[in-house]
Amino acid sequence: MASKTKPVKMQLQCPMPKLDFDVITLGHGSGGVLTNKLLDSGVFDLLSNEVLDERHDGAFIEMNGKLAFSTDSFLVSPIFFPGGNIGELAVNGTVNDLAMCGAIPKYLSLSFIIEEGLKMTEFWEILTSIKFACEKAGVQVVTGDTKVVEKGKGDKIFINTSGIGTIHPKANINKNNIKIGDKIIVSGNIASHGMAIMSVREGLEFDSEIISDTTNLNTTIINLIEQFGANIHLLTDPTRGGVATVLKEIAMATEIGIDIFQKYLPIETQVDSACELLGLDPLYVANEGLFISFVEASIADDYLKYLQSDANGANAKLIGSVVNEHPKQVIMESAIGGKRVVSMLPGEQLPRIC
Amino acid sequence: MKFLAEYRDPELAKQYLQEIKNTVTQPWSIMEVCGGQTHSLVKNGIIDMLPKEVTMIHGPGCPVCVTPLHLIDKAIHLALQENVILCSFGDMLRVPGSSKNLLEAKAEGGDVRILYSPLEAVQIAEANPSKEVVFFAVGFETTAPANALSVINAYRKGLKNYSILASHVLVPPAIECVMEDVDSHIDGFLAAGHVCTIMGNFEYYPLVEKYKVPIVVTGFEPLDVLQGILMVVRQLEAHKAEVENQYARIVKEEGNLEAQKMIFEVFEITDRLWRGMEIIPMSGYQVKEKYADFDATKKFKIEIEEAEENPECIAGEIMKGIKKPIECPEFGKKCKPTNPLGAPMVSSEGACAAYFHYSGLVEEY
Repeated sequence: MASKTKPVKMQLQCPMPKLDFDVITLGHGSGGVLTNKLLDSGVFDLLSNEVLDERHDGAFIEMNGKLAFSTDSFLVSPIFFPGGNIGELAVNGTVNDLAMCGAIPKYLSLSFIIEEGLKMTEFWEILTSIKFACEKAGVQVVTGDTKVVEKGKGDKIFINTSGIGTIHPKANINKNNIKIGDKIIVSGNIASHGMAIMSVREGLEFDSEIISDTTNLNTTIINLIEQFGANIHLLTDPTRGGVATVLKEIAMATEIGIDIFQKYLPIETQVDSACELLGLDPLYVANEGLFISFVEASIADDYLKYLQSDANGANAKLIGSVVNEHPKQVIMESAIGGKRVVSMLPGEQLPRIC
Repeated sequence: MKFLAEYRDPELAKQYLQEIKNTVTQPWSIMEVCGGQTHSLVKNGIIDMLPKEVTMIHGPGCPVCVTPLHLIDKAIHLALQENVILCSFGDMLRVPGSSKNLLEAKAEGGDVRILYSPLEAVQIAEANPSKEVVFFAVGFETTAPANALSVINAYRKGLKNYSILASHVLVPPAIECVMEDVDSHIDGFLAAGHVCTIMGNFEYYPLVEKYKVPIVVTGFEPLDVLQGILMVVRQLEAHKAEVENQYARIVKEEGNLEAQKMIFEVFEITDRLWRGMEIIPMSGYQVKEKYADFDATKKFKIEIEEAEENPECIAGEIMKGIKKPIECPEFGKKCKPTNPLGAPMVSSEGACAAYFHYSGLVEEY
């Protein structure tokens, strides 16, 4: 489907080298001269590190102890959105998945599937975002791949990243550690990323200042693990499907009951209003720089205070707890005190008629 | 959130609930006509907070649910045409046609786009002169003015490639249909606030006269719904049957005259088949002859077989309030939002989907 989206202002963060091509064509994925031209144009320079600079078929790395390994593909449309772009999203997404395992992210792989016709300026902007996101998260891209598909067979650019990291010695993150009485803490305002994307999507555009919450969470998480160790029972980031879906997944997998309270759910007014207007439930809207913690009840207050002092947790709230009743179910007390079940959606959340 | 938080105040909600409890002395069945109200009732957990004497019955006011099967099949057929861009409100996409839904048509390569406003469809038509742009214009009186305006705009712009596949339905004939059904026993109605915002309240006076039931025009926020229920209960307990307006902050007695003008410029009243129910006389809008060029049913020769509804679906009885979703033998078994037998299991406003999602009756979701 042709996509015409509200333009998001793009500013080159690093000057782009002079190139003899403006757009990426099929040849740039052929493995021949054009591929090398593209990679030599600055990809390797931008992301340069000892391992990557070897330019071998794979990366030689050394790691000790228990590891976490994760992969994710990124297909956001539009690729530039308020508060970020697909590049930093691809880095932060995998970094955060590793952090949720209690790992210190270290190395990433980076693969592009580019639709021919992508402007080189856009690709460069994505690359520089990747560079800065890696620096901020303290990770290195050590291996990668670039393929180009015909026009109409992609959506500008798809990115896959895989990541590997060492588990922090104090971390003991596991669904099975969750127990009755655990407190559930959400690290900040919900639904911002999904609504930021929605605000610029074709046919749904609306004027707002909503920006995506995409960011790396690994430093925040490591600090929490240092401080609270095994009292953190589970960490999870509610990306696709939102807060509701992850909570339900956890309730199902562990056969526990979860109670949450609508009045404690942190949400920015603009995001809340946008959800109202579009008929979307913010509980199911995607997040990026957000995580949910299940922690030992006795440390919950300290944990919350500690988290709130971190830039990534300023709006953190305790939203509920793990209960003995209604195993496998998530029950939310509504703003007016009624109760309802929170379930999974059968598919994508679709805006309502009226 | 301003203008919303005020209507979600837990203290006031408690007071309304207490007042309903204090007022009610005997069992009453109240139908909320609009799917938006059903949604609010279940989403906010109101049903379980009401005293046991008050039973809420979910009415036919879910536009997605009542759009006839053959029209959905037509939309799917159009969507799969090479040169057609089919635009629709979001929640029509998952409604089952006889063999597939619009989401599946999209997956098969149909150009199906979700829009919020039909006016955007007109813009798409302008931007794509070589394509036919069809807007799937469903809904009650609420969405009719914007759909009509899209036709007026396209007419004024001289666009030859824009049309609407219209399936508008009207609330008052539906209330009449419910009251005429011998199996339904409704004591009072919450009328749909947004429909009355457009049409005003005058259509409801004859119904109140004829059937001696209170009708309270009601909004959608928790406090609106609670106040609406209280107003109906007060009338019932006092043996009154009047039209009252709970949603006076939005609904004017005469409605929105400008919007009505637009509707009747483009549409005329016609008999309409309601999915799961029957043909209700004078219960819908069709595009007037003057705008026939913008009527997709006339513009395109769509020849598809009339499909049969799944006989296991009891949507009709549900929408007339004769049965509750949980009384359907297939609820949560064969019929789930992922594999709906009928439309009420699809839309977030559909009574079955609302029960399914919020009641916790089905464990694995």
